[in-house]
Amino acid sequence: MRSGREPGDAATLERRLVQAIGTGLPLVPDPYAEVAAALGTDEATVIATLEAMLARGAIRRIGAVPNHYALGYRANGMAVFDVDDAMVAELGPLIGAFDFVSHCYRRPRHPPLWPYNLFAMVHAKTRPAVETRVRQIRSRLGSACRGDTILYSRRILKKTGLRLAR
Amino acid sequence: MVDIQEVPLDALDRRLIEEYQRDLPLCPEPYAAMGEALGVSEEVVLDRLGRLQERGVLSRVGAVIAPHRTGWSTLAAMAVPQERLDEVAELVNACPEVNHNYAREHRLNLWFVVTAASRERVADVLAGIAGRSGLEVLDLPLERAYGIDLGFKPSWS
Repeated sequence: MRSGREPGDAATLERRLVQAIGTGLPLVPDPYAEVAAALGTDEATVIATLEAMLARGAIRRIGAVPNHYALGYRANGMAVFDVDDAMVAELGPLIGAFDFVSHCYRRPRHPPLWPYNLFAMVHAKTRPAVETRVRQIRSRLGSACRGDTILYSRRILKKTGLRLAR
Repeated sequence: MVDIQEVPLDALDRRLIEEYQRDLPLCPEPYAAMGEALGVSEEVVLDRLGRLQERGVLSRVGAVIAPHRTGWSTLAAMAVPQERLDEVAELVNACPEVNHNYAREHRLNLWFVVTAASRERVADVLAGIAGRSGLEVLDLPLERAYGIDLGFKPSWS
């Protein structure tokens, strides 16, 4: 029987913890204790692990995660841009800084089907409002941007991470 | 989805959404601590958070994980013939590694996120979907994230 204290345990606990709370913390008076019991550890360890993961950025935040759609932000567009590879590292942070952009990522192209390398999730209440905001992004990108389009979601086919309170 | 217009949010709901997207207290009784800060009881906080989840206003109370710090994930896209969309979506949704799947208005009309413990496992899931559907699956992993996700400031108008 191994002691359960060999190197690697911390990483294992972090992975199991992320998995356990990925769909949400339980809505009970002592949620960290309940998660700890499920993982076979104790509340203080769960809290210390979450603190450490927040401190080094592995967890961005812990809190209430709102659903944009339910808050009336119905016209969520995935805006994508074909940005000069030599400029994208400089321009990306400017796009991520817009307050209507919730996520901004660089991803690989797959030409010819997919020429775009910069993704920005744009949230607004109507499609014209999304389009106005995408024009703002486009003008910030200037001549480094060779093309763009907006992909609206038609249907949500699966979204886990949604756990209803009992 | 319940229409938000039909079930308006009161001041306490709004404060929970605005003030607790980050920094949920890391103490043994976080909801009691929130109640103290908001001037309500722990029971009220738990009840409100539960109802906001039931109504879909909150997707959860929990952690937002930085990508690629634990395990691997990717965004995948497929161009699915319209008449096969339901069938292929079902096949994709059947994978436990798929946590989001959206139909989008584009030739690439199916977009989903695959998350697993390793890069190899993610590649296996994509290969499995390609094999079962007979369709190409584009693998679009995040290369860089720009901007820090500090949460979302709704306008209540």
